[in-house]
Amino acid sequence: MKKYSKTHEWVEVDGKIATIGISNHAQEELGDVVFVELPEIGKEVKKGEVLCSVESVKAASDIYAPLTGKVIEVNTELDTTPEIINQDAEGKGWIAKLEFTDESELDDLMSEEEYKKFVEQH
Amino acid sequence: MKLIFEKSKDGRTGYSLPKLDVPEKPIEEMIPESLIRKEEAELPQVYETEVVRHYTNLSRLNHAVDVGFYPLGSCTMKYNPKVNEKISKFDGFAYIHPYQPEETVQGALEIMYNLQILLCEITGMDYMTLQPAAGAHGELTGMSIIKKYHEDRGDFNRNKVLVPDSAHGTNPASAAMCGFEVIELKSTEQGLIDLEELKKNLDENTAAVMLTNPNTLGLYEKDIDTITRLAHEAGALLYYDGANLNAIMGKVRPGDMGFDVVHLNLHKTFSTPHGMGGPGSGPVGVKAFLKDYLPIPVVEQDEKGFYYFNYDLPKSIGKVRSFYGNFGVFVKAYAYILFMGKSGLKKASELAVLNANYLRSKISKFLKIASDIVCMHEFVVDGSEFKKYGVKTLDVAKRLLDYGYHPPTVYFPLIVPEALMIEPTETETKETLDGFAETLEKILKEAEKSSELLKNAPHNTYVRRLDEARAVKNPILRWKVDV
Repeated sequence: MKKYSKTHEWVEVDGKIATIGISNHAQEELGDVVFVELPEIGKEVKKGEVLCSVESVKAASDIYAPLTGKVIEVNTELDTTPEIINQDAEGKGWIAKLEFTDESELDDLMSEEEYKKFVEQH
Repeated sequence: MKLIFEKSKDGRTGYSLPKLDVPEKPIEEMIPESLIRKEEAELPQVYETEVVRHYTNLSRLNHAVDVGFYPLGSCTMKYNPKVNEKISKFDGFAYIHPYQPEETVQGALEIMYNLQILLCEITGMDYMTLQPAAGAHGELTGMSIIKKYHEDRGDFNRNKVLVPDSAHGTNPASAAMCGFEVIELKSTEQGLIDLEELKKNLDENTAAVMLTNPNTLGLYEKDIDTITRLAHEAGALLYYDGANLNAIMGKVRPGDMGFDVVHLNLHKTFSTPHGMGGPGSGPVGVKAFLKDYLPIPVVEQDEKGFYYFNYDLPKSIGKVRSFYGNFGVFVKAYAYILFMGKSGLKKASELAVLNANYLRSKISKFLKIASDIVCMHEFVVDGSEFKKYGVKTLDVAKRLLDYGYHPPTVYFPLIVPEALMIEPTETETKETLDGFAETLEKILKEAEKSSELLKNAPHNTYVRRLDEARAVKNPILRWKVDV
């Protein structure tokens, strides 16, 4: 089950682990991604805080943590081939895996359907 | 096109020296062994004809304000009067050396001194340094002064700088370079400073608020008096980014609005060449209470009328540049200010605002403008409507190149989706503005028919669409000798 934040991150939950990336819409808006500053493993973030940043030919953008938790894994492929985000933002272009602590925070995120509507309105 | 190095053939030269009329002396007798080059420098070996053709052809590949309209928002690409170039090349300006004794360069020092005074008068500041080499360098200088001021008062807690989300990217970068934490202020729907947001973030840890007025949407911050008062009440200083001063010269002064530190861009507002034709110059002005922190040296005049460099500022932030700044640029800016005079500078701002509003009004008939408030010297188009034609702002910008226009600034400010930021400046005719608006409308009609035409643009330029991602990831910045 994939969920989305208002700041255009996606989350895929598997047990206590959430895989996080930026949405396909966000990728289109950013343009060609040239650098991803990955978070450090072990970093603890609160929901809404800056998790890491993504730099495209247009601008550097902060990526916000959609859930509170601890970073347990990062996609090191992005170090050398950040363009994976443009090719497959919601699959191979995942950024980090988070061990999240508060399941109720998932309720604040949008379903795919809701996110689609949200993007159309903004 | 080949690089000049690639045109090199052994033994070719583009110079001829007269016969030696003094006895020749071996170099080893004059220069220490350790400083003598062992190998020939890898300089291109070419005839004069080739040098002339090479650079003439290069210049023809370039777009410049002398070639066509250049509405690059926030950059103030106004005409650079040729008389300024001529004056700056006078022997007394062009052939002086920074190590010359002060008494032999009184004229040059007088120009620097007078320019400091004129820029103070235009901005409403008390003292000015001419040293910084460009805008962002001015920001770094100004923010260093602010930091030093707080520390000198024994206040080491002010580690935050507030910057609106519409700011020039250099503002947060300069603050961060000075070691400050940058707090971003969300703008109102209209793109102005949100007073509530400002109040919420101002506290005893705020070192400064960095603003530009008019802001990057080309809007005048109407609450500026309240903004500066609130910041001062919290003990913070106000920094003015002078990138947009072209809108207000002779009308209002940052110093009167309550700003404590101001940087200017002589290469924008004061008509000196810009970009590759630079160099730039970013003087910084301060209110009297910050004078002691200015970088050294400052140009002063003693009671006998003698101009000199004053290095005796014990609290100075130090030197920010070798020697005294980009002197040639000072001469050009000084010539421009004297030529324009008080009424001329005022008129320049009025026409810059008039041109921007005329173009804004024309373009608003077929494109969405980011804010419905009357603009100052520039305005921002919201390009999200391009989507319905299957194109993006970048494609529209690239297509403009085919029609001989330099595109506006794109994707900035960040708060406007698919932004196109247009600044026509005062030196353009109505016909030029009409032509640009008509071309933009025509491009939209082209997009309606075939988005591919735009997506593959430009078609008529020397190089086609560049791979920006590859340029960032794998830049080739140096030519290397093949071995």
